Amino acid sequence: MSVRIQEKEDVTIRFAGDSGDGMQLTGSQFTNTTALAGNDLSTLPDFPAEIRAPQGTVAGVSGFQIHFGSKAIHTPGDSCDVLVVMNAAALKANLKYLKAGGIIIANEDGFGKRDLNLAKYGPEDNPLDQVQTSGFGLIRLDVTKLTRASLEDSGLPPKDVDRCKNMFVLGVIYWLFSRDLQPTITFVEKKFSKKPEIASANVTALKAGYAYGGATELFSERYSVQAAQIEPGTYRNITGNEAAVIGLAAATEKSGRDLFLGTYPITPASDILHGLSKLKNYNIRTFQAEDEIAAVTSAIGAAFGGSLGVTSSSGPGIALKTEAIALAMMLELPLVIINVQRAGPSTGMPTKTEQSDLLQAVYGRAGESPLAVVAPASPADCFEMIFEASRIALEHMIPVMFLSDGYIANGAEPWKFPKAEDLKEIKVSFAEPREADDEAFLPYLRDERLVRKWAVPGTKGLEHRIGGLEKEDKTGNISYDPDNHHKMTLIRAQKRDNIANFIPEQQIEEGPESGKILVVGWGSTFGSIKAAVHELNRSGLSAAHTHIRYISPFPKNLASVFSRFEVILVPEINNGQLIKLLRDQFPEFTFHGYNRITGVPFSVSSLCDAIERASKF
Amino acid sequence: MSVKTTSKNGTNGQPKLKGKDFASDQDVRWCPGCGDYTILKQVQNLMPELGVPKENIAFIAGIGCSSRFPYYMDTFGMHSIHGRAPAIATGLKVTRPELSVWVITGDGDSLSIGGNHLIHALRRNVDINILLFNNEIYGLTKGQYSPTSKEGMVTKSTPMGSLDHPFNPAALAIGADAGFFARAMDRDPKHLNDIMARTHEHKGTALCEIYQNCIVFNDGAFEVYTDKQRRSETALYLEHGKPLVFGNDSDKGIRLDGMRPEVVKLGDEFSESDLWVHDEKDHFKAYLLSRFFEDNRHEDRLPRPFGVFYDVERPTYDEMVNLQVEAAVKKMGKGNLDELLAGSETWVVR
Repeated sequence: MSVRIQEKEDVTIRFAGDSGDGMQLTGSQFTNTTALAGNDLSTLPDFPAEIRAPQGTVAGVSGFQIHFGSKAIHTPGDSCDVLVVMNAAALKANLKYLKAGGIIIANEDGFGKRDLNLAKYGPEDNPLDQVQTSGFGLIRLDVTKLTRASLEDSGLPPKDVDRCKNMFVLGVIYWLFSRDLQPTITFVEKKFSKKPEIASANVTALKAGYAYGGATELFSERYSVQAAQIEPGTYRNITGNEAAVIGLAAATEKSGRDLFLGTYPITPASDILHGLSKLKNYNIRTFQAEDEIAAVTSAIGAAFGGSLGVTSSSGPGIALKTEAIALAMMLELPLVIINVQRAGPSTGMPTKTEQSDLLQAVYGRAGESPLAVVAPASPADCFEMIFEASRIALEHMIPVMFLSDGYIANGAEPWKFPKAEDLKEIKVSFAEPREADDEAFLPYLRDERLVRKWAVPGTKGLEHRIGGLEKEDKTGNISYDPDNHHKMTLIRAQKRDNIANFIPEQQIEEGPESGKILVVGWGSTFGSIKAAVHELNRSGLSAAHTHIRYISPFPKNLASVFSRFEVILVPEINNGQLIKLLRDQFPEFTFHGYNRITGVPFSVSSLCDAIERASKF
Repeated sequence: MSVKTTSKNGTNGQPKLKGKDFASDQDVRWCPGCGDYTILKQVQNLMPELGVPKENIAFIAGIGCSSRFPYYMDTFGMHSIHGRAPAIATGLKVTRPELSVWVITGDGDSLSIGGNHLIHALRRNVDINILLFNNEIYGLTKGQYSPTSKEGMVTKSTPMGSLDHPFNPAALAIGADAGFFARAMDRDPKHLNDIMARTHEHKGTALCEIYQNCIVFNDGAFEVYTDKQRRSETALYLEHGKPLVFGNDSDKGIRLDGMRPEVVKLGDEFSESDLWVHDEKDHFKAYLLSRFFEDNRHEDRLPRPFGVFYDVERPTYDEMVNLQVEAAVKKMGKGNLDELLAGSETWVVR
């Protein structure tokens, strides 16, 4: 029987199974193959909070969602067309993400009595039959049996054979979406180059799954998603944390400064430490400190010594660092503070995403402690914005907070990566060596931007003291003079504000340059807002999207962008934080909030509704 | 013990620097009579002897009376935040191993708010020198008890006497696997200078505890070790390879009865050959010495040791970090940014 191939503009697949089922690997392999096929895509892993939750339980389910298409893709998809489940718990945890009429591909032997029990289905429940009667398509695969059969002659112990189950499933999915097996074969052979028998078993299972898709009559149709219209160029797939790592390496090379990362492990920021610790041959040193405070202060020590100081954490860790961040601000040393935000407060929901540290970033320190804040809009944008954070820190001698979040840190998208030679140089300004009879060295003498020069130990004649006590203008000597303190407070604020002269102007991302409604976003909501605004414009509602990546200071032309629209909507995954900054700095405009604090990104459909409602204001 | 370069700064055709060349132009603002003045003077006197160019010396301090110290030194300096100087010094030393990095701290700064950083610096063995000014009181906040204050001590915050059991800095350092621990006191400047020179010579984290008199809030805390009448009975000066002898007319010594130290009278029954001979390389004996921590206001206690307890070198953290960097470059070559940007899998869209 020949199977019909149906063209699709975009498809979302969600892979779900027990933590030990290899779903992240399956998802990332499907992603790479899909990228190589020329689709645009966006992905999001969904890890369980526990490292090894009890096997077979809902708490132990690990998921991976990929949205790909022949059109531009901005989000991992609100819901999925195809749900692949390896056991009953995976179905239970993920059925809510499946579109009406969607297809479930189920590993049937993950639905035994014990599995149903562990997933807390009732004794009368038969979830697979139930989903079928609810209008979902169901493909039952006896994955364990089929994988074992395909590897009967492999000579491997049953444990190793069963570990190939995910490859069998991946093979079936590749057949269903008419994908090439070769990229995954190449990957497996490289990954298991030292264990050729394991590599060969994985490849066999993959091919067996692919053949099984074609040989059975389980599927009435196959799908094809054509390559997307993407800007020509060379691409790679990248997560936000990977992009931050590469961006820091780029800033190191372009500034000619060594980089020192002082950090303490915390979800979801730890991958930045893992990534940078492998780049020792890029003039990068990493230090896993005893605590968050030592992490940031060691970075300050390195910055005093002439390196680009970097510290990485998430909200709770940033809270511990705040005193030291204010010290760096007071010392006027270059420091990049990475906050990969997660759902708070307190320990909150470490593996879930949120944008709720913005006010902490802008205001969360003792005294008047202005520093710069930037926020990447997408996984790939983490590269550009961490490079910008580093540039601002080094060129303006100020701490810069980089506000990523768990969503873009772990999410991935294709990235048309730049060439090293096309990246701009970062210009660092050092104090020059002096002889004994030269004029006295003034460590806090400033240029027209109010920036002081970096006076690095080891430079002859520059011996000087800096500290957290209020300093006299120019000399840096301790001063309790009332007028001096007033003056220094204003100087530090103005120095931060002056950065606005050295950042790009605000742009409209999508939609008209002026009109009825403007949607103002920041950070990881970029993809959802862009997709929603695009969709609304296609359906006839004129809306515009602007995304603020430089938050402190704001771009100079922000008010002029606002002035061109009647209604301004500010969606945020918090209880209204950017909107407070906007209301404070732009009291002449009215801002409407749209806030969801659920630990997950905005769905495009909920944003569309919110924008439609706002358009009637 | 490693012998460092003997060249002094100022030898490149320049006149050799003097102690006063290391005094900054800032007015020193400790209370008149504070023990910190002596320590400052001895540190300034020591600097020209180190063989380190002046611009390669950095002093990092936390918060407290002692932590004002960097402002008075004409070197690179940072007066940072409370308790964090060892961590700041770690970042500086790891990235600039050629610098001579000194941490100035007090008993509150290093043993209370910054206790974590102190023990981790000691175990990591970053090549920094830590001078811990111990005055057994909080001075800058005007007289609360500190983590080294004696039990029962009446202070502003303990009107009925302190309930806290004090830290024993020597035992803490040995427990944290410090490679070097020494003790000195402000009232014996010559010995202090010698011991700080030894602190500098040690490669690795070197902790030098300095008994420092706070004339305002805890005057006389260490009088029992400095008073001319009593000090020979209470202070035991350690010298490598020499027996532990103290007392008026050097008439007493420490003998080890198995693992138990005891004070013996030299004369008919015991001679110097029966005594414990100090060995700076012996970790177990260093631990025993650290337990010489009795209240010497009472008679017949083990004397308080001064000098170098322990001095054994092992690879330093900063050295090993930089060796890993060298090894990575050797193995993989200098990093190529274009390769990093491209990663392992790319595709071309035409």
